[in-house]
Amino acid sequence: MIPEIGHFALIVALFLACCLGVLPIIGAARDNAVLMGAARPLAYGQFVFLSIAFVCLTYAFVANDFSVLYVAQHSNSQLPAIYKVSAVWGGHEGSLLLWSFLLAGWILAVALFSRHLPGEMVARVLGVMGLVSVGFLLFMLLTSNPFERLLPAAADGRDLNPLLQDPGLVIHPPMLYMGYVGFSVAFAFAIAALLGGRMDATWARWSRPWTTVAWVFMTGGIAIGSWWAYYELGWGGWWFWDPVENASFMPWLIGTALIHSLAVTEKRGAFKSWTVLLAIAAFSLSLMGTFLVRSGVLTSVHSFAADPKRGIFILSFLVVVIGASLLLFAWRAPKIGLGGKFDLLSREALLLSNNVLLSVAAASVFIGTLYPLFMDALGQGKLSVGPPYFEAVFVPLMVPMVLMMGLGPLARWKKFSAPELAKRIRWAFASAVLIALLLPLTMGEWSAMVALGLLLAFWIIASTMLSLRERLAGRGSFMQRARGQPLSYYGMQSAHLGVAIFIIGVTLVNGYETERDVRMEVGDTLREGGYEFRFNGATEIEGPNYMAAKGHMTVSKKGKLVTELYPEKRQYNASGMPMTEAAIDTGWLGDLYVSLGEPIPDSNGAWAVRVYIKPFVDWIWAGCLLMALGGVLAISDRRYRLHRKAGAVKRGAQDKIGMGNILATEGKQS
Amino acid sequence: MMRFILPLVVFLIMAAFMYVGLGLNPHEVPSPLVGKAAPAFTLPQLHEPSRQFSPQDMKGKVWLFNVWASWCTACENEHPVFLELSRRNLVPIYGMDYKDKREDGEVWLRKHGNPYTLVVSDAEGRVGIDYGVYGVPETYVIDKQGVIQHKHIGAVTPKILDETILPLVKELQAK
Repeated sequence: MIPEIGHFALIVALFLACCLGVLPIIGAARDNAVLMGAARPLAYGQFVFLSIAFVCLTYAFVANDFSVLYVAQHSNSQLPAIYKVSAVWGGHEGSLLLWSFLLAGWILAVALFSRHLPGEMVARVLGVMGLVSVGFLLFMLLTSNPFERLLPAAADGRDLNPLLQDPGLVIHPPMLYMGYVGFSVAFAFAIAALLGGRMDATWARWSRPWTTVAWVFMTGGIAIGSWWAYYELGWGGWWFWDPVENASFMPWLIGTALIHSLAVTEKRGAFKSWTVLLAIAAFSLSLMGTFLVRSGVLTSVHSFAADPKRGIFILSFLVVVIGASLLLFAWRAPKIGLGGKFDLLSREALLLSNNVLLSVAAASVFIGTLYPLFMDALGQGKLSVGPPYFEAVFVPLMVPMVLMMGLGPLARWKKFSAPELAKRIRWAFASAVLIALLLPLTMGEWSAMVALGLLLAFWIIASTMLSLRERLAGRGSFMQRARGQPLSYYGMQSAHLGVAIFIIGVTLVNGYETERDVRMEVGDTLREGGYEFRFNGATEIEGPNYMAAKGHMTVSKKGKLVTELYPEKRQYNASGMPMTEAAIDTGWLGDLYVSLGEPIPDSNGAWAVRVYIKPFVDWIWAGCLLMALGGVLAISDRRYRLHRKAGAVKRGAQDKIGMGNILATEGKQS
Repeated sequence: MMRFILPLVVFLIMAAFMYVGLGLNPHEVPSPLVGKAAPAFTLPQLHEPSRQFSPQDMKGKVWLFNVWASWCTACENEHPVFLELSRRNLVPIYGMDYKDKREDGEVWLRKHGNPYTLVVSDAEGRVGIDYGVYGVPETYVIDKQGVIQHKHIGAVTPKILDETILPLVKELQAK
């Protein structure tokens, strides 16, 4: 009964989404307040019914209802309770339900927090998001119904893929999906602006906080996914340039460009059509990511099911959504006009070049990801593009980007004088160069790549400190001045420092990691990087739904015990799948990473053991965390809180002023 | 004006590629070894460990090289196909017991029947690495010059045998 309620709730949600996608948009076009006013109630209703559907599926998992096909395929009575909940999104159908549910959540949030926006804008934004929701709900109901029954019911479930039975995977997909889906808000604002023909800076101001929230989720989601791959796959890698990783990385890159572009559009009225295009592109890439993951056109460890019927549906959906948006763009964008003028040497120009570099980086990831598909489609044979390609194109693009990233916050809007800026930054730059040249000497072998990476990182750090000093030094107490800076300023600096920390992590782990793949008898000792790893053998243990060999390794340095590590090799009962659980000793300066390979046959308890020393590897994720924190600070800025109160009054006035006037006022404001 | 239409055009071209891509199978990965000489090895025979086998012994013959293991369930599925093939005496089948204990391999063959002219034992999987084995079973067609002409990943079905492998074997034998 419960699954049928869930199924029915999905159908009702689809009906509401159809109304939401049609009525308010017509209302906005005809200036019909009743139709426009329907948007909010429809948004609330859709959220309620999708919540019911989501709860029903969760209930089916928790109650071990193996008469539901999806539950039988992705759960097992032995599965620990927390994973029964996360198994809801452990497969294709449930992921879609999560997607739709989160989308309904974003729609609800927009409906709730848009009181200060003009009615027709809200109607259009909610309408566009409703149309996106229609697509996903139709897809789910027509090709991938999570509530499909299995009759007769299975005695027990096939169990959740052991790879997914991990705390990281409990939060990684929802976070990442929050990011993917969140870009639909920026997209909807851009489309609404195109539909309404109001291409002034106001839409940029409205969609900025939404875009930043989505970006924060996406940053967190990608970082958690990478961290999970690091400790779960047993290879010690943290990024594989796998098609599905790339599918999340591309919208992230474009989203990062979008955040910066929105700032310029809001403050200076410049890059208007470019910003609209980025907003369309960020969401299009999110959708395309779904297509790539769900259709099986690319081989990846992440793909759940390759079903051509689903592929055709998603592709048609993509063509309708993206094609229509770009058509609308081609029709309306020529009328947008240019924004504020700026010099070749200005903060605008720096941000524009950063934008271009980020977009080119996303394009090169796109080409690398889809190249095998293109070649195959042209009959040129099968091939795969690996990390060497991505690293070869990515690093050269990121070097100038990071150099400009340091300059951006220091440069003036409109026009700056190069000699004057050079004079301001000379000490910061010189100290970055000095550190980059000397620091590698203390770490081991000096290498140009390490020095380059450190130069970039310390350049960001030094320029951030310079910017802070310029802002905070001067008259008045330090604390007073520090408090006087807007939170969004600290947000930007935190995100930029995050990039620096990230680069340090990547550079040092690539430059100085060591890896040993050895056969160890019980009692054997391995010396590596100043540590002694003693293998004390492995014992059989029994987990809730698996059997495992649990190894015991004592690590000491100069005779003193550092830590004890317990890597596991698990065999899951239901699927028989083996899994490696690496044991990691995490530290500020790096990780000691041990994983069990295979037991050596015909030996006295010997194992193939992998031992890695990964200097500064955690800085990679710490950097991501700082970036996300930067986003959180930016949206906590008080102007967003003030704006809501003052907005309603100000709006009424602005509506009566022509577009040119708004542009002029926008320009003066900043 | 043109520059505003450009994104749409680029997207439509990509969509066309993706449409074609839907009809293709990305899992059908050709081995880089196809068209190259079969990597040399010398391995002990499964039933008589004191005797060895090397692909060089097979110069002048077309043969199938099948990688299997007692722990591999998909191998059980394809096994009847090879048993049937060995009865037809069309092409010699050589087996490699991959990452497996000798006794387990022998017991498995006793239980399921032995279609192989000869089986070698690659207990540590070293030769498997040279051959790029990444999923058992795998089957190679090797020609008279010792060149790999085809690689099939996964269980061989009667359909694959009749439509792909055997026609190729006949063609190679005629050369």
